[in-house]
Amino acid sequence: MVHFTAEEKATIMSLWGKVNVEEAGGEALGRLLVVYPWTQRFFDNFGNLSSASAIMGNPKVKAHGKKVLTSFGDAVKNMDNLKGAFAKLSELHCDKLHVDPENFRLLGNVMVIILATHFGKEFTPDVQAAWQKLVSGVATALAHKYH
Amino acid sequence: MALSAADRALVRALWKKLGGNVGIYTTEALERTFLAFPSTKTYFPHLDLSPGSAQVKALGQKVAEALTLAVDHLDDLPGALSALSDLHARKLRVDPASFKLLGHCLLVTLARHYPGDFSPALQASLDKFLSHVISALASKYR
Repeated sequence: MVHFTAEEKATIMSLWGKVNVEEAGGEALGRLLVVYPWTQRFFDNFGNLSSASAIMGNPKVKAHGKKVLTSFGDAVKNMDNLKGAFAKLSELHCDKLHVDPENFRLLGNVMVIILATHFGKEFTPDVQAAWQKLVSGVATALAHKYH
Repeated sequence: MALSAADRALVRALWKKLGGNVGIYTTEALERTFLAFPSTKTYFPHLDLSPGSAQVKALGQKVAEALTLAVDHLDDLPGALSALSDLHARKLRVDPASFKLLGHCLLVTLARHYPGDFSPALQASLDKFLSHVISALASKYR
């Protein structure tokens, strides 16, 4: 189980407080679909995904991205019990959505890159390290109930 | 998964913009890698890995030179990186999974320093370029 120091928690929560979840969510999901086009396999009914600009401007991508990142907010609130917090979502992603957990790792890394573009100087190596721990913990928690 | 003309153009344009500062960014990427992914430090027990270390800077410079070589030879990455692949396979024996971690941290570094340039399209092309470099580096492993 991943353990966060008090410092890491403070670092994460401080940055999270400044994130525009709606905007960042759309950007994260959009970039995932652009950079790793095979991830589009889960979104056949999203309409036009034919180019980077189509993807980034797609309203369904933005809406779903917001949903995903809002859920990520639960991770920030439950860093001491990620597996518990994401148990139901883990079952959903396995049983209903059939998502390969590798996709969670890809999305986590895309999120880290977006935080870097938004926060620049503030996104120091230490801050990144704390966030890598969190995205890795969330990916593991989401994969935990797979069978 | 070959690099398209558009990929090459984007990568070359960025590299031109980085100019003589590539070493600064590869050094920062190494620093980020060691902090975020401590397992990568196991390859450097003989080095001082603390922030600001001259040895990490020297290592960063080597990585910068290799990447610049790669950018200059996008048409033949396996050929251009053959000697480096031999080195990493026979002598250094770094697990190729670690290359991916450094690659990711390089993307983070570039995103942090060039947010305005770091469009989804550039991110995609850079990610592809780095995965080709990693592939070429690992090509002599077995």
